[in-house]
Amino acid sequence: MRHVISVSVDNEPGVLSRVTGLFSGRGFNIESLCVAATMNQEVSHITLVTAGNEMIIEQIIKQLRKLINVIKVVDLTPTDHVEREMALVKVKAEDRQRAEVLRIADIFRCRVVDVSPNTYTLEITGTSEKLNAVLGLLKTIGIQEVVRTGSLAMQRTKKE
Amino acid sequence: MKLTGSQIFLKCLEREGVKHIFGFPGGVVLDIYDELTRAPFIKHFLVRHEQGAAHAADGYSRASGKVGVCLVTSGPGATNTVSGIASAYMDSIPMVVFTGQVPTPLIGNDAFQEVDIVGITRPCTKHNYLVKHVDDLARIIHEAFHIARTGRPGPVLVDLPKDVIQGQTVPKFPERVRIKSYNPNYHANPKQIKKALDLILKAHRPVIYAGGGVILSKASEELTKFAQSLEIPVTTTLMGLGGFPAPHRLWLGMLGMHGTYFANMSVHHADVLIAIGSRFDDRVTGKIEEFAPHAKIIHIDIDPTSISKNVVVDIPIVGDCQDALSQLNELVVAQVPTPRELSPAHQAWLAEIDQWKREHPLTYDRASGDLKPQFVVEKLYELTQGNAIISTEVGQNQMWAAQFYHINRPNRWLSSGGLGCMGYGFPAAIGAQVACPDDLVIDIAGDGSIQMNIQELATAVEYDLPVKVAILNNSFLGMVRQWQQLFYDRRYSQTPMWSPDFVKLAEAYGALGLRAEKPEEVEPVIREAINTRKPVLMDFRVAPEECVMPMVPAGAPMHKMLLT
Repeated sequence: MRHVISVSVDNEPGVLSRVTGLFSGRGFNIESLCVAATMNQEVSHITLVTAGNEMIIEQIIKQLRKLINVIKVVDLTPTDHVEREMALVKVKAEDRQRAEVLRIADIFRCRVVDVSPNTYTLEITGTSEKLNAVLGLLKTIGIQEVVRTGSLAMQRTKKE
Repeated sequence: MKLTGSQIFLKCLEREGVKHIFGFPGGVVLDIYDELTRAPFIKHFLVRHEQGAAHAADGYSRASGKVGVCLVTSGPGATNTVSGIASAYMDSIPMVVFTGQVPTPLIGNDAFQEVDIVGITRPCTKHNYLVKHVDDLARIIHEAFHIARTGRPGPVLVDLPKDVIQGQTVPKFPERVRIKSYNPNYHANPKQIKKALDLILKAHRPVIYAGGGVILSKASEELTKFAQSLEIPVTTTLMGLGGFPAPHRLWLGMLGMHGTYFANMSVHHADVLIAIGSRFDDRVTGKIEEFAPHAKIIHIDIDPTSISKNVVVDIPIVGDCQDALSQLNELVVAQVPTPRELSPAHQAWLAEIDQWKREHPLTYDRASGDLKPQFVVEKLYELTQGNAIISTEVGQNQMWAAQFYHINRPNRWLSSGGLGCMGYGFPAAIGAQVACPDDLVIDIAGDGSIQMNIQELATAVEYDLPVKVAILNNSFLGMVRQWQQLFYDRRYSQTPMWSPDFVKLAEAYGALGLRAEKPEEVEPVIREAINTRKPVLMDFRVAPEECVMPMVPAGAPMHKMLLT
C-alpha cells in the first residue's frame, strides 16, 4: 500500500544521504521524495512516498526514527491530510492545437509559464491523479518534456 | 586559553576517561601523535594493521564494558578499519573511531590519501561525523561517546580534517549532551511488563531466548534470578553466551544453526518464548515461518527496530533489558508465592527437556584416537577451570568454542557474531588483555582465520601482552569445507589450505610456539602455555574432516537438525 511519510530532519549536509541510504541499503522503495528547508533554518523537511505491507512500513518508520539526524516522523496516510504535486510540461502546440492546449490548461487551472511559436510550457498543480489526467490529455497532442516534483503533504488542522 | 585541535582532542579523551587507544599514525594525524607524547594519561598501542586496531578496540570494549577507541590516518588507514567497524555495528559494541582527513579545502579534490570515510561508513556506524570546524570538536567528541555507549550501543566514527586538528580555539567542553532527536527509552512500560508476566505465569512450556543485549545492559544477574524464580529454561544466542551461567541446571546451551539439540527442540515446542535482547537473526531462527510455531512471543529490546522486524511478536517491550527484568523480578516477588508450585504441565516440560538432554547431548567421537578439535576445547575449559576470557575467530573454531567452552559470566566471550568477520579473534584478544591485564585471554582460532590478522603477533610481543592462541589446525577452511562436504558433494573448491610452520612463526616474532599432534600431547601444551608469561601460539593438528554438529541446514526449520 502507498504511504506518505513526513520527516523532519536536521538541516545538515549528508542527512539526505543517510535517509536515502537507509532505503537503498534495506531494500525499501521510494516512489517520490521532496526536500526543502523550513521556516526554522536548522530543520529541513522531507515528504516521502513509499509502498509496502504493514510490517515494512512499520520498519521504515522505526528505522527513520533511529537515525540520529531525524527529528520527527509521521505517517500521514491514516490521517486526514492534503497532498499536492506539481509538474512542468512542455507541449508541442502548432496551428490549431495552440487553442486546444490553452483550453485544457484553462479547464485544469494550469498556468502558462513559457510560450514559443510551437510550444507551451504549463505549470500544473494538484493531486497525482489530476496531474496524470492532464498529462494523459496533453499526450495526445504531443508532450516534449515533463518534470514532476513528487508529492508534498500536510496534515489538515483538526476541526473542533 | 586557546588550544589546538589536537590538544582539545586529547583533553576530550581524558574527560571521557579513556586510558587506552589502539591506532596507527599517518600524515594527517601527525599533530595528534605529536601531542600524544605529552599525554601521559593515555597509553597508545601501535597495531600492525588498522583492522587490528578496530578489532582490538572492540575486544577491549566487550571485555571491559567501556567504550573502545581507535585512531588512524586518512585514506587507507580509514578504509582498513571498515571491517572492524561493521563487526562492532552488527554486534552493537560501543566504540569511537577517529580517522584523520585531508584539510577541509582539499576535501572532494581527490587529494593524496583522501577517502569519503563518512560516506563509506554511514551504513555501518550508529552515527558518524565530519568535524568541519575546530569550534565543534569538543562537542562532537562528547556526543560521539554519548551515542556510542547509550541506547543500543554501537560504533561512532569521527573524521578529523588536518586543518581542524591544527586549528586553534578556546574550547568549551560541554557537560551535558543535547541531541533533540536522540533519546533512547530505557524504562520498559509497566503495563507491558504486567501483560508479559501474566502470559508467562500461564505458560506450560516457557523458554527464555536471550541475546547480546543481556550482556550490554549488564542484566545477567537479573536474568538468572528471573529464570530461577519461575523455573524457566534459558538458551542464548552466540552473542548472549555468558549472559546466563553455563553450568546451571536451567541452561540449554546455545540455540540456532549449531545450537544444541535440546535448545532448538525446546524453542520449537515452547508455548511462550521470552526473547530478551536478541533479534531473531536467521542463524537463530532457521526457516522463519516455522520458528517457534506454537509460541506466543514476548520480546524485550531497547531498539524498536528489532521488534517485529523478522517475526511478529505478541507482547513487544521497548526498554533496557536490565530495567525490564528487574521490573519482572519485582512483580514476581509481589505476585508469586514462594516456593512456587509448578504446574504438572510445567514439570512435564522440564522432564521432557531433560530427556532431550540425555538423548542427544553435545558430543563427538571420543573413541577414535584422533586428535579432535572438540577435545582441545574441552581441555582448554578443564585446565582453565572456565576462567579464561575467550575470543574466537570465525568458522568451525568459533562454533566448537561456543559449544564446548562453557562461559559462565558476562564479558568473557568475544566473538564476531553478526558480521562473522574472520581475523577478529586475535586482535580482539589483544584488546581484552589490555583491558584485563590479570586475566588469562585465549583466542580459539582456526588455521585460516588466524592468518587474517597474524601480523598482530608483533603487537602482542611488543607490549608484552601474554595472549594465548589455540589454533585448531585442520589444514582446511573448515566451515566452508563442511558445507562442501554436506551440500556440494565433497568438491573441496579452494578450501584445502597450506599454512606456514606456526611454531617457527611464533618464534620469529619472539613469542612461544607449541605443537600437539596427539590427544595426549594436548594437556602438556596447554599447561605450558598457561604458565608462560608471554604470547603463545599453540598449533593443534586436529582431525582434518571433522564437522560441527548438530547442524540445521540453511533454510530448514530448527527442529530438523543433522545430528551426526
